Amino acid sequence: MPAVPGPRQALRSRPRIGVVKFASCDGCQLTLLDLEDDLLAIADRVDIVEFAEATSTRSSGPFDILFVEGSVSTPEQAEEIVRLRAATTTLVTIGACATAGGIQALRNWADHDAIRSLVYPQPGYVESLATSTPIADHVAVDAELRGCPISPEQLREFVTAVLAGRRANLPDEAVCAECKRRGVVCVAVAGGVTCLGPVTRSGCGALCPAFGRGCYGCFGPKEAANGPGLATWLGRDRTSADVARAFALFDAWSPPFRGVIDAAGGPPGPIDRAIPKERSDA
Amino acid sequence: MHDAVIAPGGEDLTVDVRNLTRVEGEGSLHLRVRGGAVESAQLEIFEAPRYFERLVVGRSMDEVIDIVARICGICPVAYQMTAVHAAESAFDIEVDPATVALRRLLYCGEWIESHALHIYLLHLPDLLGYPSALDLAQHERPTVEGGLRLKRAGNAIVARIGGRAIHPVSVRVGGFSRVIRRDEITSLRADLAEAMDLAEATVDLVGSLEPPAFRRDGRLVALRAPDTYPMNHGRIVSNDGLDLAVSDWESMFEERQVAWSHALQAHGRDGRPYLLGPSSRVTLDADQLHPRASAALTRIGLADAIAHEPNWSIAARAVELVHAVAQAIDIVDAYEPPAKGSVPWLPRAGTAAWATEAPRGLLFQRFGLDADGRVMEARIVPPTSQNQAAIEADLALFAPTILDRPHEEITHLLEQLIRSYDPCISCATHFLDLKVEDLP
Repeated sequence: MPAVPGPRQALRSRPRIGVVKFASCDGCQLTLLDLEDDLLAIADRVDIVEFAEATSTRSSGPFDILFVEGSVSTPEQAEEIVRLRAATTTLVTIGACATAGGIQALRNWADHDAIRSLVYPQPGYVESLATSTPIADHVAVDAELRGCPISPEQLREFVTAVLAGRRANLPDEAVCAECKRRGVVCVAVAGGVTCLGPVTRSGCGALCPAFGRGCYGCFGPKEAANGPGLATWLGRDRTSADVARAFALFDAWSPPFRGVIDAAGGPPGPIDRAIPKERSDA
Repeated sequence: MHDAVIAPGGEDLTVDVRNLTRVEGEGSLHLRVRGGAVESAQLEIFEAPRYFERLVVGRSMDEVIDIVARICGICPVAYQMTAVHAAESAFDIEVDPATVALRRLLYCGEWIESHALHIYLLHLPDLLGYPSALDLAQHERPTVEGGLRLKRAGNAIVARIGGRAIHPVSVRVGGFSRVIRRDEITSLRADLAEAMDLAEATVDLVGSLEPPAFRRDGRLVALRAPDTYPMNHGRIVSNDGLDLAVSDWESMFEERQVAWSHALQAHGRDGRPYLLGPSSRVTLDADQLHPRASAALTRIGLADAIAHEPNWSIAARAVELVHAVAQAIDIVDAYEPPAKGSVPWLPRAGTAAWATEAPRGLLFQRFGLDADGRVMEARIVPPTSQNQAAIEADLALFAPTILDRPHEEITHLLEQLIRSYDPCISCATHFLDLKVEDLP
């Protein structure tokens, strides 16, 4: 899947836009409303036909562009995304949940029935899949915006590009490159802080290093990220469990990060977690 | 188009609103009426569960701050503030006074952003008869633009202190990840001055509205602090005499699972529902409002309506907007940065329990910690899961008064009442290690 494709075909004069959510915190769709200065101008150029958080006007399609937030984590969601895909020309996943499974994908290492029983006295009332998976595991995805949450600047660039009929400029480089451009002193080398910047895609503006802490990887792996390489380097003065816990956050289930976590025997947690043996039997 | 079905059968009636709109998250309303009496009113929350109470196990409290933010994209600061205060109480950490002020400013930013979002984008369209703020903007563009500028001022505070408006990164146990400089804070001043005018105008706009009539006497619960309007600290109080430490939440309240919801419902241990949020705070803490907010409340003369009429919650939110902006300005003007971003601290075993006032009301968190300060077990009780039972009780009271109306109007009025509580369904759906099983 190309990371940054243009729209599949020329858009009609007022494209029909939808915004839908699966398992998520609503933060990425809120980023759309956070385009405060441009929101009404964008709304002048498009028809927002489905956006339950913002409007009581509803539509089940068709959509020229559908922004999808959240991961697939219930049986209904697994069916719904297939239906939505069929009604959509350009399907865009927004945020770490939709592109990588989100923080809730940590349950993919766990015994789901055990977790559900620990949390609910009547687990049978709760409809939930054993895994939380990215949208691309279920249907074809045309474009993705990364981040937990997505960057308002990248969202603005994407929407502008679509309306102008050009390709969006969403660079795929490491956070380290943004750090250097901002003149931020390397927190990993100079400060000894755990930092995922070398393997994490840019887009945040090197936010965490600029605030004196290590990158926690919320934009997910950059193209050809060398997870094991960084894990080896971090492992010089850290336990493998502590290296794994740094990767085991919002993009934990993305393959380059997942490999590091698997190598350490799973994410940190209790015995209902970190049981890859059972998972391989399933 | 709502997937709403109303099946009349004599005086028997079923109202289903399958996908509530303009609320945060996914929920439905199911109301059953028999012989003119409401048999049941159920707010069904089918937002997919994400099991946060288990996801934080094994983590340090600094990791918890990053993780619990993801419960809610609308109020991540509330989750971070509650967790950081819980940790600092368990580890006996005293932070710099400048840190206290900055955290309050950060929280003011979230209140402004969240209240402006609810008033202008979610609630106002109902009261002015539009399906959305975008439709409203076709007719009253300056109103919506003003609301968006107000929201932007709140987001700017969160972004300045926390790096970004959603899921900020700088809150750490002991303080912040770095010193926040004075010039970073003072640069907020100009936007806040404009926000003050916009917040005052919001109060006057809201005061001119005529929401549907529905009056009831409910149990109201909020924090109350001796020195300030409640946000980061206080004791839990109610309009019927409750007064307890935030760490004792579980001694007076409990959660139950019901078949129709993915969110556990909280009740008083006496079985009674209770309401949290702006209306409760304005009612129980009116004397602590900033003088400008207090004056605004007097000007619109709606204190009694706020206490008794859920549809007037928009007025409470508007008054709190004035309060949050005024307090933000005071903090910005007085801010002197600390020498260091955070104070040193050591973890220890114990219980970390705290509650703060999220935009939607009291948010309780408790973590059992081992000797390394890692989480062994957790309980997180968001405001919406506490308000669920009160919302259902109010729906059951309100519905009989409108059953003579056309079906579409009944549906709309019930949906509007639900929106007036600003339910955050994303928050409510992630679960608690439940101790009590008490099913009907």
